[in-house]
Amino acid sequence: MKYLMFVCTDAQPDTDKENEPDIHAWVAENDARGRRLQGSELAPAAAATTVRVRDGELLLCDGPFAETQEVIVGFDLLECADLDEAIEIARAHPMARAGRLELRPFAEPQR
Amino acid sequence: MTPAPGRRPAGAGAAASAGVTVSASTAASAGVTVSAGAAASAVEAAAADAYVRIVAALIRVTGDWALAEDCAQEALTLALQRWPADGVPANPGGWLMTVARNRAIDTLRRASVERRKLDELAVLTRTATHPAGHVDAVGEMADGMVGEVVDDRLRLIFTCCHPALAMEARVALTLRTICAVPTADIARAFLVSESTMTRRLTRAKTRIADAGIPYRVPSGRALTERLPGVLAVLYLLFTRGYTAGGEPAFAAEAIRLARLLGQLMPDRQEVSALLALFLLQHSRHDARRDADGDLLPLDQQDRSRWDHAAITEALGILATIRQDGPYALQARIAACHATAPSAAATDWQAIASCYDELARIQPTPVVELNRAVAHGYAHGPAAGLALLARTRTGGRLDGYPLAVAAEADLTARQGDHDRAAALFRQAAALARSEPERRALLHRADDLSHQG
Repeated sequence: MKYLMFVCTDAQPDTDKENEPDIHAWVAENDARGRRLQGSELAPAAAATTVRVRDGELLLCDGPFAETQEVIVGFDLLECADLDEAIEIARAHPMARAGRLELRPFAEPQR
Repeated sequence: MTPAPGRRPAGAGAAASAGVTVSASTAASAGVTVSAGAAASAVEAAAADAYVRIVAALIRVTGDWALAEDCAQEALTLALQRWPADGVPANPGGWLMTVARNRAIDTLRRASVERRKLDELAVLTRTATHPAGHVDAVGEMADGMVGEVVDDRLRLIFTCCHPALAMEARVALTLRTICAVPTADIARAFLVSESTMTRRLTRAKTRIADAGIPYRVPSGRALTERLPGVLAVLYLLFTRGYTAGGEPAFAAEAIRLARLLGQLMPDRQEVSALLALFLLQHSRHDARRDADGDLLPLDQQDRSRWDHAAITEALGILATIRQDGPYALQARIAACHATAPSAAATDWQAIASCYDELARIQPTPVVELNRAVAHGYAHGPAAGLALLARTRTGGRLDGYPLAVAAEADLTARQGDHDRAAALFRQAAALARSEPERRALLHRADDLSHQG
């Protein structure tokens, strides 16, 4: 199954930048095992552009579409046998401790 | 999901409640070898063991929960029609498995499902001639996992109790799929309509498929992490059957499931501890209420009406447990009550030290409250009141009627009857059920009369 993993954090992260865990080991391991197909850190939410078309008119907003305490700071596309495997991968991600991760399966089960 | 006709093979009168009647004239013209009644009880006996095995095996192979339940129930229906005329087969469980498997193959063929599932179903055909217990082993080999034999029922339990499902969904799914409790009964216990419960169950099954919740027993660290969640579902199921107004049959189902889980995971002591706890709590079932149906406190129950066979079994289990977790400690506390010849002869010292240990590993407000009560009996009401005051700091037990009732009881035993009566009335005002409220007011009145 394919899962899109949203890497989320509070709008004002409460973790110490200096002590932020190193993500490279996590990426290297899951890339090597073929479980991470793609992924990236994202530019700050302030760089987001929200696009809508209403009554044929293009509406652009600067900033993310949802004003929440959390922002999506990155994503990873995972290929896993099932949810339990995805959870095991996610729990090892540094941001599981410093923020939160959302596992969203693709709509069509890829089994 | 097909709105399956509710049927509970495990319970009493399963065949009768199945909505299937065996026509006497059909049976007579066919030259009956067994009476309809005998066939019905044979179906019931076979179903109690076979139903969950069939459902679990078919889910594993097909991944289709509704199909598995429908086919298992169709097999039971056919048994009720055939067995009166043809006689009960030598291996009823195998017969039911074969019929259910054939139904599944027919349905899947019509839906032109992939070859792999049909091949795996064919494996169930061959094994169906063996006693039901062997089906899982051979089915496992079809998965290419020879050597690690996992019971399908265990897989089903862990899937229904997966932490990625909401707690209420876990309990409902467990009752429906593993215990085969009719949806209407589950709906009643959850205080929702049957159609709401049907939707909730359907949503839970859809979520299992969509979220990718595996049909598997976790291993290693994951098993250690997940087992407490499974036990919590069983515990909730039990308390739903045990508390005032709950579905009484759920407590029996919880005991049956704990037994099954204990058989399937014999090396897990917390499972047997939970079973011991259930047995001890349930042993008081017939003595817990007075003639009006009100709950009776322990000291007013007729101890001869406790189920002493269940108590003996629980004590035997507790004797084998070497390291006490929360369930074992609760069971040991229950065992102190269960073995006391009278309320006055209760070993409160032992109970108080069990609560000390329980409060150490599970420091919840309710455990602390019970600990204060136990200390009040073991070391005098003043000790109990002191502990209670400490527990209530920060308002952790505000509005909790049992905390006020405990203070009332301890105060009464200190001799201040007026204040105790007022506290019991205060507790009654907070009570969450009518019988509980009546019992508390009764205590208040008694104290007022004593002055």
